[in-house]
Amino acid sequence: MQKQEYKVYAEKKSPNSPLWLNMLKAFLIGGLICVLGEGVRNFYTNWGLNLEEVAAATSITMVFLGVLLTGIGIYDNIAKHAGAGTLVPITGFANSVASPAIEYKSEGYVLGVGAKMFIIAGPVIVYGTVASVIAGLIYYFIH
Amino acid sequence: MSTKHIGKQTAQLASPPTITETFSVVGSKEGNGPLRTYFDEIVEDNTFGEDSWEKAESKFMSTAIQKVVQKASLSTSDIQYLLAGDLLNQCSSAHYAVRDTNIPFMGIYGACSTMAEGLGLAGLLVDGGFADHAVATTSSHFCSAEKQFRFPLEYGGQRTPTAQWTVTGSGAAVVSALGDGPYITHVTTGKVVDMGISDVNNMGAAMAPAAADTIAAHFQDTGFGPSDYDLIVTGDLGMVGRQLNIDLLSQQGYEVSDVIDDCGCMIYDFETEDVHAGASGCGCSASVFCSKLIEELRSGAIKRLLFVATGALMSTTALKQGETIPCVAHAVRIVTDKAN
Repeated sequence: MQKQEYKVYAEKKSPNSPLWLNMLKAFLIGGLICVLGEGVRNFYTNWGLNLEEVAAATSITMVFLGVLLTGIGIYDNIAKHAGAGTLVPITGFANSVASPAIEYKSEGYVLGVGAKMFIIAGPVIVYGTVASVIAGLIYYFIH
Repeated sequence: MSTKHIGKQTAQLASPPTITETFSVVGSKEGNGPLRTYFDEIVEDNTFGEDSWEKAESKFMSTAIQKVVQKASLSTSDIQYLLAGDLLNQCSSAHYAVRDTNIPFMGIYGACSTMAEGLGLAGLLVDGGFADHAVATTSSHFCSAEKQFRFPLEYGGQRTPTAQWTVTGSGAAVVSALGDGPYITHVTTGKVVDMGISDVNNMGAAMAPAAADTIAAHFQDTGFGPSDYDLIVTGDLGMVGRQLNIDLLSQQGYEVSDVIDDCGCMIYDFETEDVHAGASGCGCSASVFCSKLIEELRSGAIKRLLFVATGALMSTTALKQGETIPCVAHAVRIVTDKAN
């Protein structure tokens, strides 16, 4: 069997991810996280914070929850089912920073935690920043 | 002039060495699986009392080495060669595990094929008259493997249906010149085979062609066929690779489906342990061989075994540079009766 032929054959014989089920679970759990975020937002609004403070306080709370659930070993168990549902919200970003921080603690606080903390989130930050610069420039020129 | 080499890839041992003793030590997940009664030791704490996964893995291996020597009623000074390797960079688990043993050491790397590579080399050394006793061992740890090859443990990712679960555990075997079996009679050394698979979540598909290549080479070199074996067992192809291996061999005219199994399909309970396509890791074939398989050889349930550990020689750096996964499989023929 030739390489190309084998690749096609192997792919045919390998079970695919259950796409529809995964999407449904991502929608439901991701949606629930957003409902929780909305609840937190309402809580801060009712507490009398202004719009900007509410946004900041809600993010801080959700990031805290993401890190807490990562630290006590629960977040990955939810993510196993939720997939993109736990990856996309801000809690997923918190998880992607906290999990390497925990993992590389054995290599020390500087070269372990410090150096490896952004090993997953790093590219998101880099390209997120680049994209925002480009968007900013476009916005500047069309206005 | 070589007198013991037959065909292209096989060594036929003139005075087949005996696998005197084996020892298997595994983690809690493996200990909850269907082979729980076969393992010598099950460690409930996956850190094994250490403060890092790497140290824990090393301790699994050092435990296996120490205890297999004890079990064989030998002392470390009786062992002339220690052949060990693992999955971590620079084979660090092996190096730290053997650091205090005081046994002459050869580091080997064959990824998850390491147990067959070590067992085969130990057989060659003993048969060649270079040693009375040699030890072959390898290990893997789910957590250290995830850390090095994939994502941090607590990272919220989703595993694909073809992904395999790295075994936490180690197996070690003492190979001796004298003894009454099971005997190593043939060693077929595999070639590196790369059929263009680059999906790290489908190692079974990457390794199956290497397994099929080595098994076919073994048949061609020795004249044996599937009917000459009670069991042909691959290392860690998992569900997907196991079937691909059967298909590839069938295309070459070898119908092995009645005699083939895979250590990666044996160690976990597919219903309850959520391991997707099965098990993987050096420790998979090592711990299954050093427990269930050796026990069945001893009891006579298996009389002729072809042990084919399979390794994906994956480098995360090379993969990121667009390379595919080179794989290798080594086969060791083990029988209970030398005349067979």
